[in-house]
Amino acid sequence: MNQMTDAALTAADAHHREFLVFSLGEEEYAVDILKVQEIRGYENVTRIANAPDFIKGVTNLRGVIVPIVDLRIKFHLDKVEYGGQTVVIVVNVQDRIVGIVVDGVSDVMTLSPDQIKPAPEFGVTLSSDFLSGLGSLEDRMLVLVDIDKLLTSEEMALVEHAGE
Amino acid sequence: MDITDFYDTFFEEAEELLADMERYLLELDVEEPDAEQLNAIFRAAHSIKGGAGTFGFDVLQKTTHLFENLLDHTRRGELALRRDIVDTFLETKDMLHDQLDAYRNGNEPDQEAFERICRTLQQLALEEIGQDLDGGGAPAPTAAKAPEPTPVVEPEAGAATASGHLIVALLGVNDANRQLLVEELGQLGEVRDQSGDAARYEVTLETTASADDIEAVMCFIVEPEQVEVRAAGGESSTTAAAPQAPAAPVAAEPASGGPAATAVTRSAPTQKPAAKSKAKGAGESTSIRVSVDKVDQIINLVGELIITQSMLDQTVGELDGVTNGSLVNGMNLLQRNARDLQEAVMSIRMIPMDFVFSRFPRVVRETSSKLGKEIELITEGESTELDKSLTERIIDPLTHLVRNSLDHGIEPPEVREAAGKPRTGRLTLSARHQGGNILIEVIDDGAGLNRDRLLAKARENGLNVADTMSDDEVWQLIFAPGFSTAREVTDVSGRGVGMDVVKRNIQGMGGHVQIMSTPGEGTTIRIVLPLTLAILDGMSIKVGNEVFILPLSAVLESLQPAREDLYAMAGDDVVLKVRDEYLPVVAVHEALDVPGARTELTETIAVIVQGEGRRYALLVDDLVGQQQVVVKNLETNYRKVPGVSAATILGDGSVALILDITGLHRLSRTKKEARRPGRAAHSLEALSDNALETSS
Repeated sequence: MNQMTDAALTAADAHHREFLVFSLGEEEYAVDILKVQEIRGYENVTRIANAPDFIKGVTNLRGVIVPIVDLRIKFHLDKVEYGGQTVVIVVNVQDRIVGIVVDGVSDVMTLSPDQIKPAPEFGVTLSSDFLSGLGSLEDRMLVLVDIDKLLTSEEMALVEHAGE
Repeated sequence: MDITDFYDTFFEEAEELLADMERYLLELDVEEPDAEQLNAIFRAAHSIKGGAGTFGFDVLQKTTHLFENLLDHTRRGELALRRDIVDTFLETKDMLHDQLDAYRNGNEPDQEAFERICRTLQQLALEEIGQDLDGGGAPAPTAAKAPEPTPVVEPEAGAATASGHLIVALLGVNDANRQLLVEELGQLGEVRDQSGDAARYEVTLETTASADDIEAVMCFIVEPEQVEVRAAGGESSTTAAAPQAPAAPVAAEPASGGPAATAVTRSAPTQKPAAKSKAKGAGESTSIRVSVDKVDQIINLVGELIITQSMLDQTVGELDGVTNGSLVNGMNLLQRNARDLQEAVMSIRMIPMDFVFSRFPRVVRETSSKLGKEIELITEGESTELDKSLTERIIDPLTHLVRNSLDHGIEPPEVREAAGKPRTGRLTLSARHQGGNILIEVIDDGAGLNRDRLLAKARENGLNVADTMSDDEVWQLIFAPGFSTAREVTDVSGRGVGMDVVKRNIQGMGGHVQIMSTPGEGTTIRIVLPLTLAILDGMSIKVGNEVFILPLSAVLESLQPAREDLYAMAGDDVVLKVRDEYLPVVAVHEALDVPGARTELTETIAVIVQGEGRRYALLVDDLVGQQQVVVKNLETNYRKVPGVSAATILGDGSVALILDITGLHRLSRTKKEARRPGRAAHSLEALSDNALETSS
């Protein structure tokens, strides 16, 4: 708790960044809060044929058609269930709106630069290209996802790329 | 306030004036020019000159000045019009437009072009009237010209005008603007005296300009009713004589100029300055300019409203109608109002085809003189309305088709005479509504398409053709890439690029092209376009648990296939016999991997659809109904999906995909190929090729 207050006090510092923390199974991930537009439940998704399995389909977000991506499938998690706790984080990346399905949203954290460690190059499922680092908070480790790079990457197949 | 704030107003007005000028010039009958039209052209030039002078657009002012002088001679009958003179005038008008553009972008106009056009105009004046035009920038003393046919009430010939005193009264003009105006007046003549307050400020001016000139200039800065111009002089009676008759726009016969000094008052708010009201059409003053973005936003919001309304409607429909009578009635009313609102909002985007057709007189005129052909252009259905975005995109393809008809369709006069046809060819542009579509036709009475030549040419180009092809199929050959039957490549057309682009553009707008041709009698090219891209008449269908929308325009009929009409072909292909025609069968659940769909063919419903001239049977589980849907782009946040053209939102708030009839057929073929053993790798490639093709 102490840490939270400290973080809040120094939030004005430009070097501190705020992250929305979400969970995929047992793992904790975080995205830059400025990219997040809203959080909503998972419902009424229309399937898109011949799309990769992690693209669940499209949904109606107040008249705008928004694709829904399930990061749990993308990251090869064992358990993919849709229930009351399943949450969609609507993010805004490069003028596009995309919904990402996660297991739950926990809190908003402020991280100082020295709390953000570079991500080691090991990723097979999740290339370190799509990470902006690892956030360390006492005994917790947050995987900081560079949501811009991830969602516009070729392997997400959300955006049309030249040569496709 | 800075004078540059008024630039935009001037540019817009000048643009409209130039458009009017072109229209009148094209309408002009060279043999017997209509005095009213000549006057209108003159007034347009005059108004632009006035504004150009005010804003210090020197080059523009000088050009219009020369032009105006020539026009003045023309309208007074001193310069006999000829076709080439009208051409020069049109060229001048284009030049003015270029100059205006240059000023608008903050550049100086092309000096060389300016000098050239000045020389041309002066040459013309010298040869035709034997008069050297002054190249100077001072506004011409139009008032001194008598008799004055323009609808202007001003002091009559001679006496009062040569260099008269005018009193210009500014009513309710703030300090900054007043200063500007006084400066402006200083350029038009000499300011003798000025006094008054903000409510009424009088400036006595010694000038050769007429009251109208002054008003025309001032009106770029203030409202017409804020300016009063009258002749000054000892006649206090004139000034005192309460409201002088406002200048009647048309009743300007010399007879009306009775009193030596006629006051021109413009205090009546409804009265517009003659130069302005005459140059513009009467209806235009009632319109406002709104950015398309704003209109689109309203359309989107209304779309949302309709969806919310139908969601409510569904909920109310489940209630007991007796106990909730007033709610049900209210819902009905809401539904009607919402639909009306939607229709009204959609109509904002609609603009008449005149917007498109009005540029063709010029195209036809230039092309025909280049080709040495005599052609009469007829336009029909100019008032037919079409969505603005489509109107803008139809111009290029239509221009191409018109040029093509002029070049290849209509024969030279000698050939026509030999064939027993009138020398003058006739090109008709027509537009009309048919159902949810607009039909735009380019009709020529030329030689018609030559079947044999088309076929020969197609073979030469290595296209796969047969002599047994139907006329329709042969005509469509002209849209093949790199196809031209013109024996010689001309300036105008014949390089064979373009017709395929025309077809692609039109298909890109959701339309298609039909060709009808009779040898010796002519060719009709018909463009069929949807009225708008924002709303689609759809048929909702169900496959498994999923609802899809088919564009109603593509649906021909639906039927339940009988066992004996289904034939298997080469393994897994199936064809359906419908009245002596064998149609390929595409099952939606196979193409789009829908789970839980009916697989027994005879239990499904076959919807016969047509896309890009190809017919096939689409197998679905159920027909749900017909409805208008608001088209939502999938690519805004996602990407192009093979077999799907867009999405829409259903009454329950869920998203339904709108199927792309042509794409679905292609998708089904690629998927079938992918299933064939040993070819998987190749077909995957084909699938992504397909994605690229549909996205281009």
